[in-house]
Amino acid sequence: MKEVIKITTPLNEKKIIQLKAGDLVKITGYIYAARDAAHKKFFELIKRNKKLPIDLKGKIIFYAGPTPAKPGYSCGSVGPTTSYRMDPYTPSLLEKGLKGMIGKGFRSKEVIDSIKKNKAVYFVAVGGAAALIAKSVKKSEVIAYEDLGAEAIYRFYVEDFPAIVVVDSAGNNLYETEPPKYRK
Amino acid sequence: MRKVKTSQIKDKVKELFLKANFYINSDLMQQLEKALKEENSPLGKHVLQMIIENNKIASREEVPICQDTGLAVVFVEVGQEVHLVDGDFAEAINQGVKEAYKEGYLRKSVVDDPVFERKNTKTNTPAIIYTNIVPGDKIKLLAMPKGFGGENMSTIAMLKPTDGKKGIIDFVVETVKKAGPNPCPPTIIGVGVGGTADKAMVIAKKAIIRKIGQSNKNSKYAALEKEILTKINNLGIGPAGLGGNISSLAVHIDYLPTHIAGIPVAVNVCCHAARHAEGLL
Repeated sequence: MKEVIKITTPLNEKKIIQLKAGDLVKITGYIYAARDAAHKKFFELIKRNKKLPIDLKGKIIFYAGPTPAKPGYSCGSVGPTTSYRMDPYTPSLLEKGLKGMIGKGFRSKEVIDSIKKNKAVYFVAVGGAAALIAKSVKKSEVIAYEDLGAEAIYRFYVEDFPAIVVVDSAGNNLYETEPPKYRK
Repeated sequence: MRKVKTSQIKDKVKELFLKANFYINSDLMQQLEKALKEENSPLGKHVLQMIIENNKIASREEVPICQDTGLAVVFVEVGQEVHLVDGDFAEAINQGVKEAYKEGYLRKSVVDDPVFERKNTKTNTPAIIYTNIVPGDKIKLLAMPKGFGGENMSTIAMLKPTDGKKGIIDFVVETVKKAGPNPCPPTIIGVGVGGTADKAMVIAKKAIIRKIGQSNKNSKYAALEKEILTKINNLGIGPAGLGGNISSLAVHIDYLPTHIAGIPVAVNVCCHAARHAEGLL
């Protein structure tokens, strides 16, 4: 296995261009959990030129909605949700300075083009490893859209959050390069 | 007649949803360990190790295996000698779901109106309930929290009788190929063949929770399951879709008699967790 690369948030272009598809990373710092409904709201605010509840510059968004935290836990189970549902909204968010996304599954061509154009990165976390991933979330708070319940925006402080670089800033895509090696 | 209080149903449903969300069944854990040995991709092995470790943490600490604690699907077999007393049957099931999701710190993932309001009901109800009346005086309950990563990748086709076996193979394999990394592979693929469009999907869903790797009793269908699984694994999708020779853990087919004019084929896709729990009253 490759050596794990430690990265911290916020991200900047210099750090991002060093990350290559296939790299294993451990992320430390603040990341933001947002999924379908929050993306829809972001998109509408951007369209109307309104301020977003978070400044996206250099940020990482984690496509996720955690389970409620059990007493004594800093966060409930939390793993990635499928990313393609965020695709229609993603290029607008990247234009606003978003630098990283953590999810699982395919991205559209438009998103990959925008990742290249804006020098961003798409990380994948292992779907269904939510109890394990939650161990890296040290602090969790709802910072917007509490009324959305599971779809509210959370700010997580993570330490050594395990992820894999799947689409790098040059547009290399692990989902396209790896499976053919095992195809029969 | 045997009297059963609906409050007993409520308590059992609650117990089963908690169990299903915290504990992976042993047959599935064994299959994951086997997959870890058989997977050739280093990254695929890494992913499988994480999944196995995750499942151990979940059961040890009684926390949800996945943050998507699912839409609550309940299959009920009610013995015809049972007399249900003290309340509404569906209400009891929904109350059991509600209590499990509240007290077990499970995520509430249900919206009331699918298109317009999409307001979270905050209780994870209503549940999807399938009821069958069967001989006997027992009630069998099967709780299946179904995540939507897999559910969203599910498909149905109304094939022609002439499409036959090849048509079924092509359709199932194409469904899994298109889904790629989205439904959290290695997946469990439930296939329902025959009946009507609706019935095919119901038996496909129920096929998922058959003991992993146990073949269909009909040897022709058992061979079909094997052939489809080989073809799926040859796609190279691999664990988490990042490449590898283990793309699915099992293909389970169930079938029913159907009309002279068709072959309904439903594919219900499930992630590597295939959560479910069964109980008897």
